[in-house]
Amino acid sequence: MDIQDYFSLVFTDYTLRTITLGTAILGAVTGMLGSFAVLRKQSLLGDAISHAALPGIAISFLITGAKDSNTLLLGALVSGLIGTFWIRGIVTKTHLKSDTALGLILSLFFGFGMLLLTFIQKQPNANQAGLDKYLFGQAATLVESDVWMMAIVTGICLFVLLLFWKEFKILLFDKDYAKTLGFNTKAIDILITSFIVLAIVLGLQTVGVVLMSAMLLAPAAAARQWTNSLATMVFLAAIFGAFSGVFGTAISASQNNLSTGPVIVLVAAVFVLISFIFSPSRGLLFKQIRFIKNRRDLELHKTLAFMYNIAETHDDISHPHEIKILNSFQGYTKGTLKKLVEKDYVTLKGSTWSLTDEGFKSALNLYNQLTRNDE
Amino acid sequence: MSNKIAVKIDDLTVAYNYKPVLWDIDLEIPEGVLMAIVGPNGAGKSTLIKSVLGILKPIAGSVSIYGKSYDKQRSLVAYVPQKGSVDWDFPTTALDVVTMGTYGSLGWIKRPRQKQKKAALEALEKVGMLPFKSRQISQLSGGQQQRIFLARALVQDASIYFMDEPFQGVDATTEIAIINILKELRKSGKTVIVVHHDLQTVPEYFDWVTFLNVKKIATGPVKDIFNDDNLTKTYGINYKVSIQE
Ligand SMILES: Nc1ncnc2c1ncn2[C@@H]1O[C@H](COP(=O)(O)OP(=O)(O)OP(=O)(O)O)[C@@H](O)[C@H]1O
Ligand SMILES: [Mg+2]
Repeated sequence: MDIQDYFSLVFTDYTLRTITLGTAILGAVTGMLGSFAVLRKQSLLGDAISHAALPGIAISFLITGAKDSNTLLLGALVSGLIGTFWIRGIVTKTHLKSDTALGLILSLFFGFGMLLLTFIQKQPNANQAGLDKYLFGQAATLVESDVWMMAIVTGICLFVLLLFWKEFKILLFDKDYAKTLGFNTKAIDILITSFIVLAIVLGLQTVGVVLMSAMLLAPAAAARQWTNSLATMVFLAAIFGAFSGVFGTAISASQNNLSTGPVIVLVAAVFVLISFIFSPSRGLLFKQIRFIKNRRDLELHKTLAFMYNIAETHDDISHPHEIKILNSFQGYTKGTLKKLVEKDYVTLKGSTWSLTDEGFKSALNLYNQLTRNDE
Repeated sequence: MSNKIAVKIDDLTVAYNYKPVLWDIDLEIPEGVLMAIVGPNGAGKSTLIKSVLGILKPIAGSVSIYGKSYDKQRSLVAYVPQKGSVDWDFPTTALDVVTMGTYGSLGWIKRPRQKQKKAALEALEKVGMLPFKSRQISQLSGGQQQRIFLARALVQDASIYFMDEPFQGVDATTEIAIINILKELRKSGKTVIVVHHDLQTVPEYFDWVTFLNVKKIATGPVKDIFNDDNLTKTYGINYKVSIQE
């Protein structure tokens, strides 16, 4: 199957449609919530939460023996939440930095989770096949009820986001100030964090513990490059996330044996790369272009100003001067002279140059601008 | 200036770790003064303001605003934080930040509407930042960012203003613009409390002053207590100022 087949099949093939819808919704909700994590500079949070969820999956399997994803993910949710609030507790109660606390909880929970997984695998009678899919994810195991679950959570999340938009924004920008205005910043914080935990847990089956945080960060980091408005950023992050899901699924489905989670993450990474290079205001490419253009303009203007100073010594501004004089000016090159001629600022005759009226005027403007800026 | 007390602080002690950074502070701020809080770096000036505003929890002591606890008097108080306390690369505009000053009176869930937007625009106008209303905040200069914070506090339309170094990093023109606004606030009967570092300008700008260095050294009218003696006690040995000329 190639990509074209995929896109014609996605509307008719039940399994393919389910998986595509699931990954798209997942990408959208993690992208949305990821914006908040990125703006709070809590990049490690997603990693900590997803790793903290692992022992929950194992314990929930050990207790219930169930293999259906909802039961296991409930366990993941509980242990993810426990991990997250331990991190909060460590940061507020001790004076450890938050990245220390995150790292600590991450390795502790993940280590414990792996221990339990190996223990389960050693059980002779246990029907353990499939638990390790939560490590790297397996989108192919998504069924319709999983997708419904994701859609419902995303809906609730969207509703809460719209309802408390103002509160979320002020908490993100200036928490102390929000507190003085009478907002319960702790409650808002817990609300946001709980939704992030929920979204991550939802993604474990598809993308897995190890790569889940990339789903949270990549679309948001990409979106930040394109806009200076919070609303647009959240919206774009959702779009990027959803597209990563769809393209990732398409690519992995058409290349038969590529696993979906890593491909989705790679697609999201491509979005980041493109955004960092090509975004008009923050992208590297345009920054470089602007820089080069500014430097060229500056060289041109400096040369023009130098010529202006010479021309000014004569009553007749268009009086010709030797080109040789320009050699004593540092920034002078043949290229700049050619550019000035192209712009009709300067005319050349033999080995002499002279300023045109237009050249004189724009040099004068330049001069006035400079002195005005100096004030 | 009336003889009502706007802010009263009793036995306030605050610590981040084990060592108190504010020790047993008693302070009464009369209504209608324009007061400077002065003291060296790390003296606890920001901490004092944060404790009054309930951002920090003191280990002992109490604060009252017009005789009642801060929680009940929130709407009477506005705050200008130290500029470095937020991320100016946050994706938002000048107008949006100033509108945040109305969030307190709006309460939970309700969105700012035409009325709030109008108030925000007026505040921007007052600080001379109207032309920059749609500017992304990272593209403002330090002095302009400071004005935005001031406008956000003005929008709160409070009776008592706490400002943490509003003159930090601003040029002479902006400084004059800001001090004129503060003086206007005082004229309309508001109480304004400002953390201030430039000792030279204290007598010119303020009518009331508090010296702070972990403990309260002195508080009162500038003309009575702003002298070498108190400055030396606050800043260490043999402080000599030549402000009198
Ligand atoms: N979050 C914090 N955790 C631990 N210690 C802190 C914290 N904030 C401030 N301190 C300490 O408390 C003391 C008082 O700090 P504060 O910020 O109130 O000083 P300040 O007078 O405002 O100084 P500055 O003039 O530099 O703004 C300092 O010794 C500082 O190191
Ligand atoms: Mg301070």
